[in-house]
Amino acid sequence: MDDVSLRIEAGDTRALVGESGCGKSTLGKSILGLVPPGAGSVRLNETNVSRLKGHALQPYRRPMQMVFQDPTASLNPRQTVSTLLATPLRVHGVRGRTERRRQVEAIVDQVGLPVSALTRYPHEFSGGQKQRIGIARALILKPALVVCDEPVSALDVSIQAQILNLLVELKSAYNLSYLFISHDLGVVRYIADRIAVMYLGRSVENAPHGSLRSHPLHPYTQGLIQAVPGHGRVAPIAGDLPNPLDPPTGCRFHPRCKLAIDICRSQVPKLRTVLPGHDVACHLAAA
Amino acid sequence: MPLEFPIRDEQPLLNVSDLVIRFGDTVAVQGLDLVIRRGETVALVGESGCGKSAMALSLLRLLPPAGRVARVSIRFEGRDILPLPEREMRLLRGGAISMIFQEPMTSLNPVLTIGQQIVEAIREHESLSYQAARARAVELLDLVRIPGAHRRFNEHADSLSGGMRQRVMIAIAVACQPRLLIADEPTTALDVTIQAKVLELLDKLRRDLATGLLLNTHDLGVVSDWADRVVVMYAGRKCEEAPVDALFKAPLHPYTRGLIACSPKLSSSLHFRDGRLPEIAGNVSSAAGVSGCLLAPRCTSVRTTCRTDRPDAKPVGYRDHLLACPVHAPTDHALAFS
Repeated sequence: MDDVSLRIEAGDTRALVGESGCGKSTLGKSILGLVPPGAGSVRLNETNVSRLKGHALQPYRRPMQMVFQDPTASLNPRQTVSTLLATPLRVHGVRGRTERRRQVEAIVDQVGLPVSALTRYPHEFSGGQKQRIGIARALILKPALVVCDEPVSALDVSIQAQILNLLVELKSAYNLSYLFISHDLGVVRYIADRIAVMYLGRSVENAPHGSLRSHPLHPYTQGLIQAVPGHGRVAPIAGDLPNPLDPPTGCRFHPRCKLAIDICRSQVPKLRTVLPGHDVACHLAAA
Repeated sequence: MPLEFPIRDEQPLLNVSDLVIRFGDTVAVQGLDLVIRRGETVALVGESGCGKSAMALSLLRLLPPAGRVARVSIRFEGRDILPLPEREMRLLRGGAISMIFQEPMTSLNPVLTIGQQIVEAIREHESLSYQAARARAVELLDLVRIPGAHRRFNEHADSLSGGMRQRVMIAIAVACQPRLLIADEPTTALDVTIQAKVLELLDKLRRDLATGLLLNTHDLGVVSDWADRVVVMYAGRKCEEAPVDALFKAPLHPYTRGLIACSPKLSSSLHFRDGRLPEIAGNVSSAAGVSGCLLAPRCTSVRTTCRTDRPDAKPVGYRDHLLACPVHAPTDHALAFS
């Protein structure tokens, strides 16, 4: 990942899209401090949290939570739902068993599970229900920002819609901001206010959801949109993803780009605003 | 002159009738009929647990030991393959009928080079010298568009990307020019741009060899772009079957309609700030122990009879369309104008 900037306002849903290896999950994790950034900073309400460690960091962990892709792998199979949900409260100093119990029951109800779920173990639930538990665990600390890393890609189609609707409900109930990481443009178009498209560790386009779909400017974004199945067979983007450890010079997309000219091979394109609120990193893109 | 696909022989390539698969007391597939013709792509669509993978495995007699097949005939090129001795079945597998699995990493052998695995597949079915089989393997790697096939021949699966591994799987599957190719979620683990390449490749093989292709998928976009005919399954039963354009233009079954409506589409303009996505309430576990229509607990247009009578997929009267829902069957009046 190289020189990526991202600003999320309160109440915003920002999406990151891109294919495997583009760095979208790494970016999500580095925001939460799960992967230390090599350079640069993560600021939460103007506090630089990327330099904090240990106890100094703990108060800043609470407002930023994460929902993971695989609900089975991210829930401890040996803990009941009640323990899974009460642990973050205990760690963050919510005193009193009854108070914790009250908050656990409230959040379980909010994510659409019965109170009887609390005494059961993760394996007793379906994939969609497990993801509800994962969401409940992220929300029980009343965060301001939730990083959702492919939260519906492991779920069946009919369950995906249920979970997306739940995320939207919770967003307005708790006034949440989301950073929504996904490879699925259809999902992202529905759930996000702004979408950033990433390619090989760089952000190539950054636009409001409507503008990105109606006027995709970067050749990679255009290829990605065309590749979404269901709109007829189209010629896919030529070539394969280069090795992210040894990225091409200049514009990282140039070896696969039909429009590439000399400048694309030598100079890294900077993000520039081409349409209202719509930035693109391509030497050739024009409105 | 190019062949007109699918080829309407008198004898279909594959004819499965009344397939029942059980795992202990659980019924995974319940009375399924399926026909695939030469050069035809049939998509089997449904969510986890709908029985599409069990169905695919049963065609190769590869169900895990707990799986029992009952009350069925599986005719491949007119011959019932269920009573075949295992020795003959092995000749069919990877020969005339072959399969591409969902997870390319776990289906390739990590300690053999990819070349050795293709050569093994070829020599299992044809008496070729190692050198001849090796030459064919390199050709196959070229065919599935693996750059530097000669060099890749000696590499192991772990040095390849997901898309490359899936192409190796395809090379192995088509090594002996199968007449029926079963692809179980072949692109689910892949990125969209790679997905398009893999599907393009499968389609080219179908055209070149007139292979019948059974495509298991949950992705309706893939279905609408690549399939000729679609079978929609729910909880082990067929809800609806139709040519692909008919199914997307006029889906009849409430489950099919729900699936189409609830997948968030790039072309839709619905945004979360304006309204909810349509959804199918509940989950498939509600089908357990139901005596009527299996979808009844989740269906929005359910009637009293739906809770008692289980509908079978029947022709609705036009365009090879089968439907297992008496509530949404078109009336004679509607048919007259179709």
